[in-house]
Amino acid sequence: MSPTYGVVAVLLVVVATLSVGAYGWRFSRTTSDFFVASRSVRPALNASAIGGEYLSAASFLGVAGLVLAFGTDMLWYPVGWTAGYLVLLVLVAAPLRRSGAYTLPDFAEARLESRSVRGISSVLVVAVGWLYLMPQFQGAGLSLGTVAGTPPWVGGLLVGAVVLVNVFFGGMRSITFVQAFQYWLKLTALLVPVMFLLLVWVGDGAASPAGGGSWATSVVSAEVHPLYTTYSIIVATFLGTMGLPHVVVRFYTNPDGRTARRTTLVVLALLGLFYVLPPVYGALGRLYAPDLVASGATDTVVLELPARMVGGIGGELLSALTAAGAFAAFLSTSSGLTIAVAGVISQDVMGRRFRGVRAFQAAAVVAVVVPLVLAVSAEGVGVARAVGLAFAVAASTFCPLLVLGIWWRRLTDVGAIAGMLVGGGLSGAAVLLTLVDGARPGWPGALISQPAAWTVPVAFATMIVVSLLTQSRLPAHVSRTMVRLHTPEAVALDRGPQPL
Amino acid sequence: MTDPSRRVRVTSPRTTATRQRRVTGTSEIDAQTDLGEVYMSSLLRSQLRLSLLVLAALGVPVAGLPLLFTVLPGLAAVHVLGMPLPWVLLAFVVYPFLLLLGWLYVRAAERNERDFTEVVERS
Repeated sequence: MSPTYGVVAVLLVVVATLSVGAYGWRFSRTTSDFFVASRSVRPALNASAIGGEYLSAASFLGVAGLVLAFGTDMLWYPVGWTAGYLVLLVLVAAPLRRSGAYTLPDFAEARLESRSVRGISSVLVVAVGWLYLMPQFQGAGLSLGTVAGTPPWVGGLLVGAVVLVNVFFGGMRSITFVQAFQYWLKLTALLVPVMFLLLVWVGDGAASPAGGGSWATSVVSAEVHPLYTTYSIIVATFLGTMGLPHVVVRFYTNPDGRTARRTTLVVLALLGLFYVLPPVYGALGRLYAPDLVASGATDTVVLELPARMVGGIGGELLSALTAAGAFAAFLSTSSGLTIAVAGVISQDVMGRRFRGVRAFQAAAVVAVVVPLVLAVSAEGVGVARAVGLAFAVAASTFCPLLVLGIWWRRLTDVGAIAGMLVGGGLSGAAVLLTLVDGARPGWPGALISQPAAWTVPVAFATMIVVSLLTQSRLPAHVSRTMVRLHTPEAVALDRGPQPL
Repeated sequence: MTDPSRRVRVTSPRTTATRQRRVTGTSEIDAQTDLGEVYMSSLLRSQLRLSLLVLAALGVPVAGLPLLFTVLPGLAAVHVLGMPLPWVLLAFVVYPFLLLLGWLYVRAAERNERDFTEVVERS
């Protein structure tokens, strides 16, 4: 691929991101603007922003790469990432918005009336956020390397710098515009090339990508225990979505609980529209770029395929378009995660003396630099897989906290802490073993590389049992909190003091 | 039984009676009375039942697929529109299905909330 078009495309995305962000800067005045865009974002704009933020490098590059390498079972990743939003919609969307808190730790503290629960939630938000940011920066390095031949750290550094500039000057308000724009850019960047690719494929006689073997059939992929692995992916993605810090923080930008629900519904539609596309790239890659499997570069199939299938300048331009979409994916997801992590760091780590916008900006620097250093120093494990591990940790910690906190009156602070420590500890250990040590044979390997199917039930059970043993510690205002979480805002009720 | 032919004049005591205070459901909830708790737990129960119903409608057909394809491996080899069945279901059909479930949920959840609002705001 000629580097010129790719570099120009990436630079265009960077410039467009900064100028759309600049449009939002004009509206960012208060601390509330910085954190939650003053809670005044309408469903259509907010849903595009959520979609833009959610569709990360894993969705844009990773899904096609996994499908190319491992086949049908990998379709569970995009299905799970969409179904995760349905689970979020029916279990947490409206109550989470009505809780009136800025971040996950705010929710934990308001519901359980305990500073300790808040502290542990804060540590977990930062951990999950960094685990998710790291593959974004790695993916950026990989993509820029593919289109322009730069060393791996350049792409990550570029993404980190652009995110910081936007977060620094505009906060949540500016990011909302940027991310809404990036959803539509990402959709276009996959949709337009795929039409040309399908035309070429039909012109070539529309051969089936299945080509015999087990690639096209379900539950028979290269994994050792495919059925367990598939169900573990299902548990992690269905339940992990609600626990991702950058997803949750978006809900606070809705005006009320009802709009939070409607926004989520639009998000479901936008995600479904997008996720039809990456598997098509993976399947066509079986026919036109099988060498990527052997070289282990399957994550680049979306970038490589247009130039390979459509010859000449047209192919170069289409490949440049997918490169632009990939960068939009890195920028938007990294922005959302940076906002969420920086919000938690500035509120909980920097202490009372640093408050407001300055503290938020300083925290944003920390939020970006640490995972950037990790991404540069650590070896990659495949973009979609690393993101999958972040989902497993989120599903084992914040999912039980949110679900039980919203629907079960008898949850206590001690129970929540025990559940998050057990779930976070077990899934975190499994993630570390996978990142450091790679694959293992047999059952231990399957259990450690996809931990969610056992760590999530263990976390739920711990939270419930320990809560039942410590009923004397029930939060004093649990009834009032339940009124705030579940009643429609239009009804005039005493909802207790509004947090923040 | 009294004699039906005897008629009794009924008069209103309006002028002297103390006015009955109107008690709404919202004030019962605010005061955290037993009745207020009943209003709240009935809202929570109806919303939770709805959520679990939608989760079952998601879990059984969608999460049942891997098991189905394992038990009946022949099913995975069936071709629809030139594509293997797992591909048709997982790459395309599943997304409109998820959207439909979400749409039904939002309608029903808003109806539950309207019912709750009507009950507690009625005096």
